[in-house]
Amino acid sequence: MEHQTLIVIGNGMVGHHFLEQFCQSPASEHYQLVVFGEEKQLAYDRVHLSEYFGGSTHADLAMATAEWYDAQGIELHLNEPVTSIDRENQIVTTPKGHYLYHQLVLATGSYPFVPPIAGNDQDGCFVYRTLADLDAIRASAAQARSGVVVGGGLLGLEAANALKSLGLQAHVVEFAPRLMPVQLDDQGGGLLRQKIEDLGVQVHTEKATTEISPGAEARLRMNFADDSHLDTDLIVFSAGIRPQDTLARACGLEVGERGGIVVNNQCTTSDPAIHAIGECALWNHRIFGLVAPGYTMARTLVAALNQDQDAAFTGADMSTKLKLLGVDVGSIGDAHAQIPGARNIRFHDEQSGHYRRMVLSQDGKKLLGAILVGDNGPYDTLLQYVLNGIELPDNPESLILPESEGGAPALGADALPDTASICSCHNVTKGDICCAIDAGCTDVGSVKTETRASTGCGGCSALLKKVVDSELEKRGVEVCTDLCEHFPYTRQELFHLVKVNGIRTFQNLISQYGKGQGCDICKPTVGSILASCWNEHVLATDHVPLQDTNDTFMANMQKNGTYSIVPRIPGGEITPDKLIVLGEVAKQYNLYTKITGGQRVDLFGATLSELPEIWEKLIAAGFETGHAYGKSLRTVKSCVGSTWCRYGVQDSVGMAIMLENRYKGLRAPHKVKMAVSGCTRECAEAQSKDFGVIATDKGWNLYVCGNGGMRPRHADLFATDLSDDELIRTIDRVVMFYVRTADRLQRTSVWLENLEGGLDYLKQVVLDDSLGIGEELEQHMAELVSTYRCEWKAAVEDPEKRKRFREFVNAPAQKDPVQQWTFERGQRRPVLEVVAS
Amino acid sequence: MKAPTNWVPVCTVDDLVADSGIAVWTEDGPVSVFYLPNRLPALFAVSHTDPFSGSNVLARGITGDINGEPVVASPIYKQHFSLRTGRCLEDEGVQIKVYPALLDGNRIRLEVPVVQAAPVAA
Repeated sequence: MEHQTLIVIGNGMVGHHFLEQFCQSPASEHYQLVVFGEEKQLAYDRVHLSEYFGGSTHADLAMATAEWYDAQGIELHLNEPVTSIDRENQIVTTPKGHYLYHQLVLATGSYPFVPPIAGNDQDGCFVYRTLADLDAIRASAAQARSGVVVGGGLLGLEAANALKSLGLQAHVVEFAPRLMPVQLDDQGGGLLRQKIEDLGVQVHTEKATTEISPGAEARLRMNFADDSHLDTDLIVFSAGIRPQDTLARACGLEVGERGGIVVNNQCTTSDPAIHAIGECALWNHRIFGLVAPGYTMARTLVAALNQDQDAAFTGADMSTKLKLLGVDVGSIGDAHAQIPGARNIRFHDEQSGHYRRMVLSQDGKKLLGAILVGDNGPYDTLLQYVLNGIELPDNPESLILPESEGGAPALGADALPDTASICSCHNVTKGDICCAIDAGCTDVGSVKTETRASTGCGGCSALLKKVVDSELEKRGVEVCTDLCEHFPYTRQELFHLVKVNGIRTFQNLISQYGKGQGCDICKPTVGSILASCWNEHVLATDHVPLQDTNDTFMANMQKNGTYSIVPRIPGGEITPDKLIVLGEVAKQYNLYTKITGGQRVDLFGATLSELPEIWEKLIAAGFETGHAYGKSLRTVKSCVGSTWCRYGVQDSVGMAIMLENRYKGLRAPHKVKMAVSGCTRECAEAQSKDFGVIATDKGWNLYVCGNGGMRPRHADLFATDLSDDELIRTIDRVVMFYVRTADRLQRTSVWLENLEGGLDYLKQVVLDDSLGIGEELEQHMAELVSTYRCEWKAAVEDPEKRKRFREFVNAPAQKDPVQQWTFERGQRRPVLEVVAS
Repeated sequence: MKAPTNWVPVCTVDDLVADSGIAVWTEDGPVSVFYLPNRLPALFAVSHTDPFSGSNVLARGITGDINGEPVVASPIYKQHFSLRTGRCLEDEGVQIKVYPALLDGNRIRLEVPVVQAAPVAA
């Protein structure tokens, strides 16, 4: 069969999802794919658009890369809007040319509805849909103090949050009597309003704007039908979306009365060669303004193009769960009880700010819908009841009552049928997950890779974990979290036992809570916990046997039994004199010298007995240990910052040195790396570190839990525009919470991914102090900082500790015979033959 | 017939570190001596050479017990060696030398083969 051409108009999330799915299908062999996008950028995640103001870039939000499109053989035309469709000759036209198609997919999405108000097109009026819109809003906000969002729906509140994050006094103007009129009822909307106003966003409901005129106290004035007015510097219209059906209309395809390209169950339009998916498509008189139904349409169309007779779009669940300005809001199914005979159960706690409503069927046996404001805890459970038609328990009210009042536990993963949809973004059912486990997946990570569950919006991650754990348990796979055969506890539990009971030695801990003599798993773990808790010298007699050799001898063992030495060079800043000392010492001891990735110098090839002598010289020159051997802070990398750089906006070197000196020596579950960049160009590569700090013109943005190395992970933006003090307080808390709760040898990236509740939870604990431990964490850190000593200084000054560095205790002059050397590129390196295989 | 051996003094009690090892030099090469005060006997001596890397490092490994067997973990690639038999727990075919050890007053003695002066090869 000859290649045919399939053209996709629109490169948004749904258009992209279609391409992804289509490329994996057999039909892809018969088609050349051509894509037209109106925007300059490749498809990006519009759901998380407001993160663009939090520091995310297009690359962060992008759904794929140009390389991916290349690799799939897709012909990509960005910044090239289609201007017309000639159905008779099957040709689409753009300003750049004419293109023939055999099949045409319209994924043109929607456009923001701008109410017909006089003056709505002047300077300072914006919509909130594309990255270009956001760039324009940001530019305008630089000269503004206040901003109004017209529209109090889901998108409007997102936009209000964005204005707030730009430092503006934000207002929301809503025509309806309450916020989120589609998803919430009066009580829920009222509570949401109260919470949002508490956060400093002013809400104006029942306001019909009649005109926008020049303002007196600000650039613009909004005049309302009730003769009141509101002055503001900029206005963002977010009053709903309209399907983008202009092209379809112009070429005579059937469209709905109020817009939308009419499609059948296979997502095909009135022209059999033309299909429509996503927000531009009208199915059964309905437009679906969420991404998940758009994805379902895309998959349906792919199946139909692959001649699947059963392919059919049959509507979609419009339930939503989101966090608006930090407030949980959830709306499920028939939230407004429109089904005849429906009954309600409401729980409204004005004290703690929780509103929960369940809509029950007439017989009270099935859940039809629900509304949640203030806490989405019960959302997953309620959604499963609705989607799967599971019969409610005898006391259904227990599902929304606080647990202390005898609430029912969440619906167990066991109770879900195999058809239950766990991840709606990628349409993964419980059955799919079971299959993945039967095929050999034994943890959440591998199930995610195998099924793609929880890799879309991520909202189902907690539920996914429950399903995986319960299925593993059913198959007799014991999910053992014991540290090792000596301790039936996790690292976190041991930390707690040590801290709470004031235990200071390994012997005490193992005799009280463990058995046997310990091993190379539990000893270093406990050593690290003891150090984190009490900060005693690692070479204190009781602690020596707990450490890995690197920690014991405070250097990094290399393959021939010699060590490497890395003195601390805070922030990578070093005087010529100190640099000369490093050179002289290296020369004297014939040490192979290499610059590290963390802006320090590594000296290789020192024997055990040379270590104290070398350190005496380094300490005399003002060096301290660099903890390159420890599960502790390594370096704080920095760019040169505002002191020299033309672009720098803050003193990144100064901040890096301060951070490095603050956290040096801290013992953690694994090594910790930090970096500080002096401007948004990010020369210090802070986003690949456990803690990355990037200067802004107002202060510092903090990124957490990034990683380079084997499994790179971009750090997540955690807080913005922090002052020096706020930055340090925030890092103190996150570091200490990590030290207390992470597993053994768990880097921050993996820790965060495994933390139930993820980034949001971490923010609650650290920024909102939801556990009430903020001060305690800071205090603990302050104690550690104040008890810091250079371990090497303490060691060389103590004859007892120096005894540990004898290579052979009975023969001081004896050289280790296996350490033999050769020279390469002007330096010494080991010769070593491996003895056993 | 058993090869001739000597019980040679290698160090004193003060040199030992509880629950850890030290290295000594003998005519038979480098040996590590471990002192585990919670066991009986408390003294163990095995070769200091890690057979997997060829490096002299075993005295610097972490000691402990695996299913009751006293072990040291190589600091290079982390294999465990029984302090009683010298056998590698991860690889049955690999074994390191074990030296009988005893406490003689304040001194530690090891039983080491007597080395005959070998003719120097030309």
